[in-house]
Parts: sequence; structure tokens; C-alpha cells
Amino acid sequence: MASTKVVNLPNGGFSFENCQRNNFMSNQGFPAPKAVKTGTTIAGFIFKDGVILGADTRATEGNIVADKNCFKLHYMAPNIYCAGAGTAADLEMTTLQMSSQLELHRLNTGRQVKVATANRLLKQMLFRYQGHIGAALVLGGIDSSGPHVCCIYPHGSTDTLPFVAMGSGSLAAMAFLESGWKPNMELSEAKVLMRNAICGGIFNDLMSGSHVDLCVITREKAEMIRPFEVANVKGERQGSYRYPRGCTATLSTRVIPIEIESTVVRPVGEESMDTA
Amino acid sequence: MSILSYNGGCVLAMKGKGCVAIASDRRFGVQTSTLAMDFQRIFEMGPHLYIGLPGLATDTLTVHERLRFRLNLYELRESRKIKPQTFSAMVSNLLYERRFGPYFVEPVIAGLDPVTWEPFISAMDLIGCPNMPEDFVVAGTCAEQLFGMCEALWEPNLEPDDLFETISQALMNAFDRDAISGWGGVVHIIEKDKVTTRTLKTRMD
Repeated sequence: MASTKVVNLPNGGFSFENCQRNNFMSNQGFPAPKAVKTGTTIAGFIFKDGVILGADTRATEGNIVADKNCFKLHYMAPNIYCAGAGTAADLEMTTLQMSSQLELHRLNTGRQVKVATANRLLKQMLFRYQGHIGAALVLGGIDSSGPHVCCIYPHGSTDTLPFVAMGSGSLAAMAFLESGWKPNMELSEAKVLMRNAICGGIFNDLMSGSHVDLCVITREKAEMIRPFEVANVKGERQGSYRYPRGCTATLSTRVIPIEIESTVVRPVGEESMDTA
Repeated sequence: MSILSYNGGCVLAMKGKGCVAIASDRRFGVQTSTLAMDFQRIFEMGPHLYIGLPGLATDTLTVHERLRFRLNLYELRESRKIKPQTFSAMVSNLLYERRFGPYFVEPVIAGLDPVTWEPFISAMDLIGCPNMPEDFVVAGTCAEQLFGMCEALWEPNLEPDDLFETISQALMNAFDRDAISGWGGVVHIIEKDKVTTRTLKTRMD
């Protein structure tokens, strides 16, 4: 009885309190709905100066396009980016969590994070959840031992290779990569090959679509090019379907005025460092 | 039959010029029976921040209460009104915590930034994947019809009065093609200096 008076602050981590109820509902004939997946074509490969990652921008919910311009290239560290395919919420949360872990690691060790570290952290986490976290990732970055690209599967296995593709459009992308990739490509060639690989997925895979996003990671910087190519332009509407004002019948109207409190702008001047 | 269509209901939000609009239907039913025509799915979380929670009605109420708790703690700790982007992250976190036993709601958030007055809309799936487009967001049992109506009717930079007409017509025509949504509609137009709430006269079948 005391528990009804004690307030439970959220603890962090997963909570399984609804599982029993949800199982019961599922048994009664009300299955749980599908979450948003990123059908996706993602790819990554090594070129002369570093690593290039590419992704399409469609997110699907069953057969409906939920987001026509979603962002699948996630920041992990200043020198490491990650493209994600699978369940969108899992990707978002996993990559956010990992980038926090990597930042703490970087502060702890005082060194630039290695791609192998990110790889190891991700695979250990995904294996712990035995594939129930639906995150398939292409991790790419450049560190003191050179450029690396790895693909990480939802169950926790990884492959470190010169070029990889993941997602439902991976077969189309891999076809382009297998025929076009060669070692020590120039940046311009690499961008064209990546664009072709992702477009292969966009135009041939139903669950991938919209535009091509690229991320180029070199020793000096990581450049996010969004969009690299607007592969599918929205059609132009021929007519205006505006309704004249007042045509919608209303039963009641309530206007709640909001008073804006005065805004105070306080300029903060340059403060000299206190080295006492 | 999916659990999200047990009670029925739909919510949509649109961006306008210096304003946002959020609208929902008012039916509450159990599969094919209608029990109430004044069910509240859109909740005010701040003077310029509204959240719509279509889906299983019990989870609508529960998620609203839990969010209100977290939001109150936030505002007490920070002594300021929450930004819509931060609130969206808070909702996403609450839903993802229950990744393996989710709440059956698909939230839609609409608001104005309390400092810059920038319009903001966002929608999530039931496990908290955020989607923040530039035009409109839809959720509910007639989401597909709403997508169709919004794609046809929405244009950028609509004034508040025009935005009201657009969102109302999109909502009504979409839920008229869905058996388990409808029975009334409510629209909130959120502007910098006022919020206008209108209830719509709709078909009651």
C-alpha cells in the first residue's frame, strides 16, 4: 500500500512492466502493430583518403512511407559515423547511447576513439539483446591505424571489409560495389560509385527511396552531404485546393489569449579568464 | 485486428506561417460500438505545446499522466518552459523505455518554441522513433486517408485562418472514410499570442 504513495522516478534502462498485459492482448487476437522500419539501402567503403558512407532517406511503416526524408547517417564520434538499417527507434537510441559511451571513452583515455572500439561496444550490446534490438549498421571511420568500414548485424556479428552494404536494398548496392570498387579511388570517383550504389537500391528496392545522403570521413574532417542527390523530386501540384475562409461548420470556438511576459535581453560581454 | 484499432481515433498536425494546428476526432468506442463522442485525445502540456495520443485509449490516459509527471519535474528543476524539441525527446525516451512491452499510442506533438516562436511538429511510432518533417504529421486508424488528404491540401505558409480550414477539411474527409473514427472533431490553432480551439460540426455516423 505504501507503494501508491511513493513516487517512482524513472530509472533508465528498459522497463518490462507492460509485457504481461501485451502478451495477454496478443493471445486474445490483438497483435502488436509494426514499428517504423528503415527499409533502406546503406553502404560504405574505403577510398584513397578515408571512408565514404551513403544511405537513402525513406522510412516505412508496413507499406506506407512514414518519412520521406529521414536521416540514416548517425554521428558516433568526430571521426566515426554510422549508417543504420532496421527498426528506426532501435537505431536512433542505440546510436545515441553509443555516441555518449564513445565520448566518455574519449575523455577517459584522452585519445581519438578507434573504430574497433565502437565496433566492439556495438556488437557486445547487440549480442546481449540476442537480436531483439533490430539494428543493422554500417560503421565507418578513420583513426590512427587508418580507415575502417565494418558491418554489424542485429545479432552481434561483425565483418570488417573494404566495402559493405546492408538493408533491403543491399543486393542492388552490392552489385554496383562489386563491379565498380577498386583500391585507392579518388574522392570524386568514390562519390559517383556511392551515388550509383545507393540509387541502385532506391530505384530497384521498394523499401528504399527518396534521396541520397553521403558522409565523407577523412583525416582532416567528416563532411555530411545531405542531400548529395535529390534523386526523386516531388511532383508539382497543378491546382490550389484552398478552401474559402468560413466554409467549415463549427459548433463552438474558444480563444485563449496568452500574455507574453516581457523579454529581457541581457548582452553577455567577453569575460577574461580568471587564472587565479 | 490490430490493437491500435481497438478504440479507433486519429490525430493530425500541420505547420503554418508562425502557427501550428493540431486536430483530432472525438470518438471513443470498443471495436464496433461507440461509447462516447467527447473523448479527449489532445492534451495541453504547456501554453504553446500540445500532444495528441491516438491509439489504445487506456494507454492514451496513462501516457498523458506519466508525461505530465516528467514534464512537471523538468519544469520545476529547470524553472523554464520546455522546448518542443526537448519534449519530443522526452516522449521518445518514455516510449523506448518500454521497447519490449510498448504502450500502444503513436504520439503527435505540435508546438511553438517558447523563445523563437518557431513552429514545430513531430510524430512517433509506438516505440518512440521520432519523425520531424516540414509539413504535416498524421497518426491513427485512418492514417492512410489522412496522408492522402494532407498531401493534396497542405501548402506552405498558410495563415492561421486558412490553416484551420485546411486541417479541418483534411481531418473530416479522411475520417469520413474510416468506420472507427469520427463522431466530431476538435482543432487547436496555436499562435504566439493565442490558442483557438474549435469543435467541428461533422457527420455523426
